[in-house]
Amino acid sequence: MLLITCPHCGPRAELEFSYGGEAHIARPIDPTGLDDEAWATFLYKRSNPKGVHAERWRHLHGCGRFFNVLRDTISDTIVTTYPAGQPRPALPSDGKENAR
Amino acid sequence: MPDLAIRENSLGRLASAARTIPAAMLTVLPDAAKLLFRGRPSSIDAAGKAFGIALPMEACRFATSGNRTAYWLGPDEWLLQAVGEDSAALFAGLAAALAGHSQSLVDVSHRSDAFALSGPQAAYILNHGCPLDLSLQTFPVGMCTRTIFGKATIMLSRPAPEVFHIDAWRSFAPYVWQLLDEARSELA
Amino acid sequence: MSGRFRTPSGGRVDRRRTIRFTFDGKSYQGFEGDTLASALLANGVHLVGRSFKYHRPRGIVTAGSDEPNALVGVGVDDAHYTPNLRATQVEIYDGLVAESQNRWPSLNFDVGAVNEVFAPFLSAGFYYKTFMWPRAAWAKLYEPLIRRAAGLGRAPEQPDADRYTQVYAHCDVLIVGAGPAGLAAALATSASGAKVFVCDEQAEMGGSLLAEKTAVIDGLLAADWTAKALADLAARTNVTLMPRTTAFGWYPHNFLGLCERITDHVAKADPKLPRERLWQVRAKEVVLATGALERPLVFPDNDRPGIMMAEAARIYANRFGVKPGDKALIFTACDSAYRAALDLKAAGVAIAAIADLRAAPGGLWVDRARAAGIDVRAATVVTGTSGRLRIDSVSLAKLGPDGRTGASETIACDLLLMSGGFTPSVHLFSQSRGKLVYDEALQAYLPGASVERERSVGACRGISDLDTVLNDGAAGGSGAAQAAGFAGALGGTFAVHTDSVGTDGFIGVTPHGGHPSKTRAWIDFQNDVTAKDVKLAIREGFRSIEHVKRYTTTGMATDQGKTSNMNALGLVSETLQIPVPQVGLTTFRPPYTPTTFGIFAGQSRGDLFDPLRQTPIHDWAVAQGAVFEDVSLWKRAHYFPRAGEDMHAAVARECKATRQAVGIFDATTLGKIEVVGKDAAELMNRMYTNAWTKLEPGRLRYGVMLREDGFVMDDGVVGRMAPDRFHITTTTGGAPRVLAMMEDYIQTEWPDLDVWLTSTTEEWAVIAVQGPLARKVLEPLVEDIDLSREAMPHMSVREGKICGVPTRLFRVSFTGELGFEVNVPAGYGRAVWEAIFAAGKPYGITPYGTETMHVLRAEKGFIIVGQETDGTVTPDDAGLSWAIGKAKKDFVGKRSLARPAMTASDRKQLVGLLTVNPKTVLEEGAQIVADPAQPIPMTMLGHVTSSYWSTTLDRSIALALVRGGRARIGERLSVPMPDGPITVELVEPIFYDPKGARLDA
Repeated sequence: MLLITCPHCGPRAELEFSYGGEAHIARPIDPTGLDDEAWATFLYKRSNPKGVHAERWRHLHGCGRFFNVLRDTISDTIVTTYPAGQPRPALPSDGKENAR
Repeated sequence: MPDLAIRENSLGRLASAARTIPAAMLTVLPDAAKLLFRGRPSSIDAAGKAFGIALPMEACRFATSGNRTAYWLGPDEWLLQAVGEDSAALFAGLAAALAGHSQSLVDVSHRSDAFALSGPQAAYILNHGCPLDLSLQTFPVGMCTRTIFGKATIMLSRPAPEVFHIDAWRSFAPYVWQLLDEARSELA
Repeated sequence: MSGRFRTPSGGRVDRRRTIRFTFDGKSYQGFEGDTLASALLANGVHLVGRSFKYHRPRGIVTAGSDEPNALVGVGVDDAHYTPNLRATQVEIYDGLVAESQNRWPSLNFDVGAVNEVFAPFLSAGFYYKTFMWPRAAWAKLYEPLIRRAAGLGRAPEQPDADRYTQVYAHCDVLIVGAGPAGLAAALATSASGAKVFVCDEQAEMGGSLLAEKTAVIDGLLAADWTAKALADLAARTNVTLMPRTTAFGWYPHNFLGLCERITDHVAKADPKLPRERLWQVRAKEVVLATGALERPLVFPDNDRPGIMMAEAARIYANRFGVKPGDKALIFTACDSAYRAALDLKAAGVAIAAIADLRAAPGGLWVDRARAAGIDVRAATVVTGTSGRLRIDSVSLAKLGPDGRTGASETIACDLLLMSGGFTPSVHLFSQSRGKLVYDEALQAYLPGASVERERSVGACRGISDLDTVLNDGAAGGSGAAQAAGFAGALGGTFAVHTDSVGTDGFIGVTPHGGHPSKTRAWIDFQNDVTAKDVKLAIREGFRSIEHVKRYTTTGMATDQGKTSNMNALGLVSETLQIPVPQVGLTTFRPPYTPTTFGIFAGQSRGDLFDPLRQTPIHDWAVAQGAVFEDVSLWKRAHYFPRAGEDMHAAVARECKATRQAVGIFDATTLGKIEVVGKDAAELMNRMYTNAWTKLEPGRLRYGVMLREDGFVMDDGVVGRMAPDRFHITTTTGGAPRVLAMMEDYIQTEWPDLDVWLTSTTEEWAVIAVQGPLARKVLEPLVEDIDLSREAMPHMSVREGKICGVPTRLFRVSFTGELGFEVNVPAGYGRAVWEAIFAAGKPYGITPYGTETMHVLRAEKGFIIVGQETDGTVTPDDAGLSWAIGKAKKDFVGKRSLARPAMTASDRKQLVGLLTVNPKTVLEEGAQIVADPAQPIPMTMLGHVTSSYWSTTLDRSIALALVRGGRARIGERLSVPMPDGPITVELVEPIFYDPKGARLDA
């Protein structure tokens, strides 16, 4: 069972959380301005990486907050957690492209 | 004021048949007025002033004064509890004081019922379903949090080293009580 | 007396306390402290089971949890019966009842042994090859046959009478294993003040020290040092010693599953205690001190009763005071078997000879054996054994320098001890996803880099001599304390007087000179896999050990190959002429040893399996004789039968009463959310398809919520209580996901909105009063609310009081009749319900359940989300286009509704169905086709979503989703059923009061 550090409540057992899918996928401001393909990409396309993944979790049975987690999908190691709305932190080993 | 005598506690029947197990006692707590306050930071002071207790800003802490307690539940969420008070009057007072603020106040007095688990083995029994580290270092007196017990969400607080208060939604409260009661069988 | 094979003195058993038990119905005696295995051996019983596939007689091989053969069933009756327990771990108590398994009619004469005759046909992969054809025979013939013939113990048929509990625990350092390394680690780490758990699977802590007779540690004999160490640890308040506790599983982030056996060893267990307790431990640091397991040697007929691991025999002699036989022959590839031989000789066992695989064994232990007069034969192998139910002789042959065997010599004995060296127990390390590294010199896989916060100490990382093991344990314990943030751990070294037994060993099949196809040398005892099977798999092209394992089943028994994996690897490596690391290693998975289902169920059984959510009115419904149904976790009254009524009759009566007079219904389970804040209406606009801005306070509106992909997610009536306050209702099952989705958007997409959500599902009890007389019933009970048609029209809400308590009174109808839903604080729900019921008595008020609710709403064509919708239904499909705010620029799901597939004309659309025969009630879920005579597979046009008998209409009605359904209204289609097709006519999905006049009454 993962031990996840809620940015507000500290480390808690995975049981208290719900998973929320990939992070940093913002809902388009004007959905009607998107063509079908762009909208489908927003709806359905996810990166599904082997390695460090930015994903959303919610401290459902806790403070109720959504937040983001960098988790290695191979080892389940959690690199860091950070509040929703903050950019993905750059990793020491992570190069340039991830700091969006 | 409504005829409070007709109010039914979801734990009433279980409580009246509760076993006496000093190592881990189960006791129903009195009914209370409970308001859920959520709001912008600018409204927090006003809420605290109107309630009579400064709302705790530290995560997972509660503050008590007399029959009133303010529980931190989330960064924009507090449970304001007043034991033995009429929620309508409490609500009206706070709502007036908070007029014009960006906030939400909802009466949840009947949503949950509360009980105490107390005794030297209280933490051990609570860990039969609650995954938190309940040592006094990591869950000190004065701490509160929503967490999980078995398959139910509970609000857990620790007013004294060997006393835990458990607040659970009405339809889950008997389940939580019964699971704890089953767990403490080995101490009977 | 407890058996002829008990030594006159010695061992750790309590000879003053005789224990009586039965095995296969026969009574035996042992001593307190005996395992079932040691007690049986003391009585000369070696034959304890039959093998999995060939039903070969099998005996006790080990003294620990790695035991592959001696699996027994234990329990006085079926409610207390546990199959497949290892006799080497079962502690005896007075009255213990144990039985052997996989034999019929008896252990000595087993009919299943006929499989031996068919052995040539039962080779590797025989399941796949033999039972393929004819296909139909599989389910009826082959599978039952195989299940009966091949197998382990029987599953008990009575419910388990024991309690099992589960508890979470946290510690700074968890030490797994209380042998020398674990104890040294515990002493060191606990000196720092860290909270330490020490668990060990055995009843007594000490591990290998419990069988150690001569070693001296810090001036104390091993046994005395162990006792002192345990006493010291027990006295430290920060240490929890957990004997009889197996760390069986490692889960992410240092979370370990520990199974503590609490009452299995007790004759009269305290009924308050659980039989077993699952400890779910989160440890800051873990020290693995899991030791090493001795490897068998693989030679022809190495599986007879009386063939045993050398170290196991030493443990039986030294720790239990049991001679495993009168005359032993020893086959070894390492020095530790010499130590065993000497200890057994001291215990009174005659040593026939030591056959050493090594060309020139020498050194201290060999010299000692020779000095003791033992016949030591270098470069000698076992080429065969004999004896039907117990070994009676062994054939030895000299191994030439060319690897060929010479002439064989037969030696009589009743015990053959083998030792191929030791395999480090890396199971938990491997479970923690740490990578194993092969050590050429030790011929063993050792823990490599850690992935989790753990460290291995002692024999489980390839360290073997007692002094280095103890010092390694101390260093590891000290390191773990520091890593957990505690200074002041004791490192230190131990002064140990002992003699090294080295690290020699052997993996694979020992040379035997026999014909490869005529000899059977067992690699995996429990799954009956021989070297021949593995070689066959290789010949047939299997290369990866993962494939060889699955094809032959080697290592796939309940012991997960604890004694067999390395020999299988050695054999594959030798056969393919590739190094062991290239062959690979199979993955270790939890549980380390078989674990009961009981601890995984824990307290979640019976009424505590799930929360049984009940409304405040539940007990009233029970008293009225209601029949309940499960709706998500809620118990809801399904119908209220009167004496003699079945569901059909009760529902007909309830429907009629509600349509003609008044019914009362518990709608408390509806989800409710309070939406408050100055941007509440804006949030509603964004979350629901409907427009909310113009809804006035005091009015209700039916709302539809979509997922972002455009499909209907939930619906419900929403009341505007104030400009900045909405009272949402959701479906019973949908409340949590609606709240979660709305929170998600508020928190992550629109944090600028001044709006907050609060779940009020359980704040309100909801009492629906429905029917033409509803107003008459409620009017006398309310204060400050004018219920008249003019003052309170359909779809309005008023706040006031009812029966003296606050209410939010909704005028709303899910039945099509004049109706109200009375919301009162839940604690008052029962009292208000009873007051309304009493007030309704003169009007014939009738309680109704969810079935009547379903029928009444279907007559009106009201959909139920989850019944008419299935996650692929758009609002238009469900006939809800009217509920979409056309002028709204955006709402969740809007953009998706414009995707091409969502607007196709042949989408399944909601229609009504009337069977041509009005008496026929369709089955929900039945498929709809155009022509029932078309060839199979037919083109399916849709399916029935709801179907009922309507008493009101005196005929059946149904709702359905049908391709292009709205354009087909008036057409006839067909519902093919086993008894023949049913012809239906497509109609508008509303059957009763289409103008809604009754609602507005």
